[in-house]
Amino acid sequence: MTEDMSRYPLRLEGDDVPMVRFQNVTKRYGPLVVLDQLDLDVSPGEMVTIIGPSGSGKTTVLRMLMTLETINGGVIYVDGEPLTHVERNGQLVPANSKHVRRIRTKIGMCFQHFNLFPHMTALGNCMEGPVQVLGLSRREAEERSLELLDMVGMAEKRDEHPSRLSGGQQQRVAIARALAMRPKVMLFDEVTSALDPEVISEVTNVIRHLVGAHHLTMLMVTHQMGFAKEISDRVCFFYNGAIEEQGTPTKLFENPERERTKQFLNAVLDAN
Amino acid sequence: MIEWRWHLVWELAPRFTDAAGKTLLAAGGGYAIAVILGLVLVLAQRTRFRSLTFAVREFVELIRSTPLLLQVFFVFYVGPQFGLVLSPWTAGLIAIGVHYGAYLSEVYRGGIESVPAGQWEAAKAINLSAAKTYRRIVIPQALPPAVSGMGNYLVGIFKDTPMLSVIGVTELMHTATAVGAESYRYLEPYTMVGAIFLAISLPAAYLISRFEKWVRRTLGMLK
Ligand SMILES: Nc1ncnc2c1ncn2[C@@H]1O[C@H](COP(=O)(O)OP(=O)(O)OP(=O)(O)O)[C@@H](O)[C@H]1O
Ligand SMILES: [Mg+2]
Repeated sequence: MTEDMSRYPLRLEGDDVPMVRFQNVTKRYGPLVVLDQLDLDVSPGEMVTIIGPSGSGKTTVLRMLMTLETINGGVIYVDGEPLTHVERNGQLVPANSKHVRRIRTKIGMCFQHFNLFPHMTALGNCMEGPVQVLGLSRREAEERSLELLDMVGMAEKRDEHPSRLSGGQQQRVAIARALAMRPKVMLFDEVTSALDPEVISEVTNVIRHLVGAHHLTMLMVTHQMGFAKEISDRVCFFYNGAIEEQGTPTKLFENPERERTKQFLNAVLDAN
Repeated sequence: MIEWRWHLVWELAPRFTDAAGKTLLAAGGGYAIAVILGLVLVLAQRTRFRSLTFAVREFVELIRSTPLLLQVFFVFYVGPQFGLVLSPWTAGLIAIGVHYGAYLSEVYRGGIESVPAGQWEAAKAINLSAAKTYRRIVIPQALPPAVSGMGNYLVGIFKDTPMLSVIGVTELMHTATAVGAESYRYLEPYTMVGAIFLAISLPAAYLISRFEKWVRRTLGMLK
């Protein structure tokens, strides 16, 4: 079953090229359709939050964009270029790993469980990509990493290994590690879910700062509705592998149109 | 009662020292082959070529489920029928290296599988190449759980070197048997073999456990 690729542009051009475009993207695990013909554009500098019930496909959206998962249909574009495909003889064909690696430099990701490298210090974690992937000198990489560790308030802990850091501290280092690669798009997958309530603000404050200070495009999956409402430009409510409803935070949280959105928001508010 | 003859021990000492050196050489050489071959065998099972994975997997199983002695005989006696004529030393090192390489590949596999999926994903998210992901992220974390298994097989390979005596490698066992045939004395030569093995194995086991702790500590895994 091969898809007709001719309806997908070879690249996106014009005045308002989105930083990220999911076009008709489908993801299946065996017979289970996790994402069904998803269309989603994210503009440069936009902060888009994804909310929705467990299993609705939120994590999968981010993982496909980070190329941790392959897709079964459609095309993902990043910064105007296809990520999942390359052009050959005027047609899009599935991308090879060299192409994927080139586009992937534009994307960074932070995980629910931090996934810091346990055998490296906080500084070592941040320097790894700049030195090994970008080819920076150790001095340049250290300078860049220290600046970021300072920004997330972790400069003092630069020489500690992750096992000696709290969850909130580890997540802040993980954010610095991702930013050290100077991505254009940052992905946050429930970055505060594994944290104790009293340290959540350490991490949300960093994200808040990023929204204000950097021209980053961000996609964030979260269960913290208050935070989503406060910092998002747009909120997407996922249900069953599709976007059920989306809009500005004010509209989605205060004036949801769809029945499922209302039910979900009520359930979440009741739980809190 | 048979009495213990010390003068025989002193007379044989130089020959046994020489043979002990050869035993260590066989163990060290075989282990060096095994350490590298084991890595090749485990990485070959992790490519995206399914048939390669399958073939290597079956090969490892085959080696692990047949006796080392048979493999030694195979390389030395069956090899020549296929035009592969090897000296006892070469045949012995190959057999023991391949045998232990198969076992070490399983030790490595266990180590690699103990590295959480999140580590591979984090490496991908900072765009590390596959080679660097292994070298910088996975192997350093796979090593601490693997060192104890690796150490056990180092002692194991050392204790298995007598198998090479059957194809004429003049290691300790071979020497002791030769001495027995010449002098009709078996007590002293075989006791000396046992003593030498003990004198090497025990400190080696101790050093290996020290090394294991050191590896864990240097990689920052000990809390
Ligand atoms: N590797 C996998 N194999 C099979 N099914 C999977 C796999 N990964 C995810 N799924 C399924 O895909 C669906 C979507 O998963 P996803 O992790 O994207 O949900 P989510 O919206 O992030 O949920 P949560 O809020 O619980 O994190 C779920 O039904 C899940 O069981
Ligand atoms: Mg999820």
